[in-house]
Amino acid sequence: MNATTTPQIGNRHGSAVVTTPSDHEICITRMFDAPAAAVFTAWTTPDLVKRWWGSDDAPLVVCDIDLRVGGSWRYVTRGQDGTEFGWRGVYREIERPDRLVSTELFEGFPDAEAVNTLTLDEHEGTTTMRVIVLHASKENRDGHLESGMEAGMQIVLDRFEDLVRPAT
Amino acid sequence: MGVSRAATTTDVFNAIAEASRRDILMAIGDGEAGVGDLVDRLQLTQPQVSKHLAVLRRVNLVRCRAIGRERRYTVNGTALKPIHDWVSAFERQWNLRLDRLDDVLAEMQTHPSESEQQPRQERPQQQEKS
Repeated sequence: MNATTTPQIGNRHGSAVVTTPSDHEICITRMFDAPAAAVFTAWTTPDLVKRWWGSDDAPLVVCDIDLRVGGSWRYVTRGQDGTEFGWRGVYREIERPDRLVSTELFEGFPDAEAVNTLTLDEHEGTTTMRVIVLHASKENRDGHLESGMEAGMQIVLDRFEDLVRPAT
Repeated sequence: MGVSRAATTTDVFNAIAEASRRDILMAIGDGEAGVGDLVDRLQLTQPQVSKHLAVLRRVNLVRCRAIGRERRYTVNGTALKPIHDWVSAFERQWNLRLDRLDDVLAEMQTHPSESEQQPRQERPQQQEKS
């Protein structure tokens, strides 16, 4: 089926916000003009996930979802040069339609498993999605901090945008 | 403190991995502050503030100028650019991804038959994995 007249919801495009609520966590927040049940379904149905999780340059070529507690998931993207990247994990809690907890690891760094908690909070037809990525161990957390990835997020995204932008 | 703090003094990422130093940067903001101002504003002692400022100076995250006997500090935002770039990349990736999800959701609502509205059969039958 082909939605040629998709409703104009694009006003939320680009509105995802990334923060670091603690030294262990990364938080991604976004609102959707859709019920929580729809977001949950789009998040957990392979044919739908394939349409948004991968990029145009690196689409999902594997999207396995065994949606039950203890069931596993695995996503693989393939870039235009044939390079494949894989992610996988196990579902820990499934509370349709507002909560999903799963482990995640990037197969390139198999020791750095994280726990992802998706929560969907629906209010008057609008759903606030929040994904918290919690690093599994202090060691991983420290490694992550050392490479600096999450350390700067909050500061930059919250307040320093203007300072950071070089005055060209 | 303890484990691997060796690189703290050489790398912007490490320099702001410490919450107190982030607080100091936030407190200075786009203004200018002396050590005393920061001690007043933050729950830190003067030696702590001075130590953190020294680290921030070493990685060029703050600049300082002397006014009489006092040193006044400003944030050098350009030094945060590597962090900004990384964070932006992460956020940009998620934005693109979630924008596509937005479109999928819009289509699901326009065509509820898609999958969403099916009476809740708990569908333990998975996607057939061939």
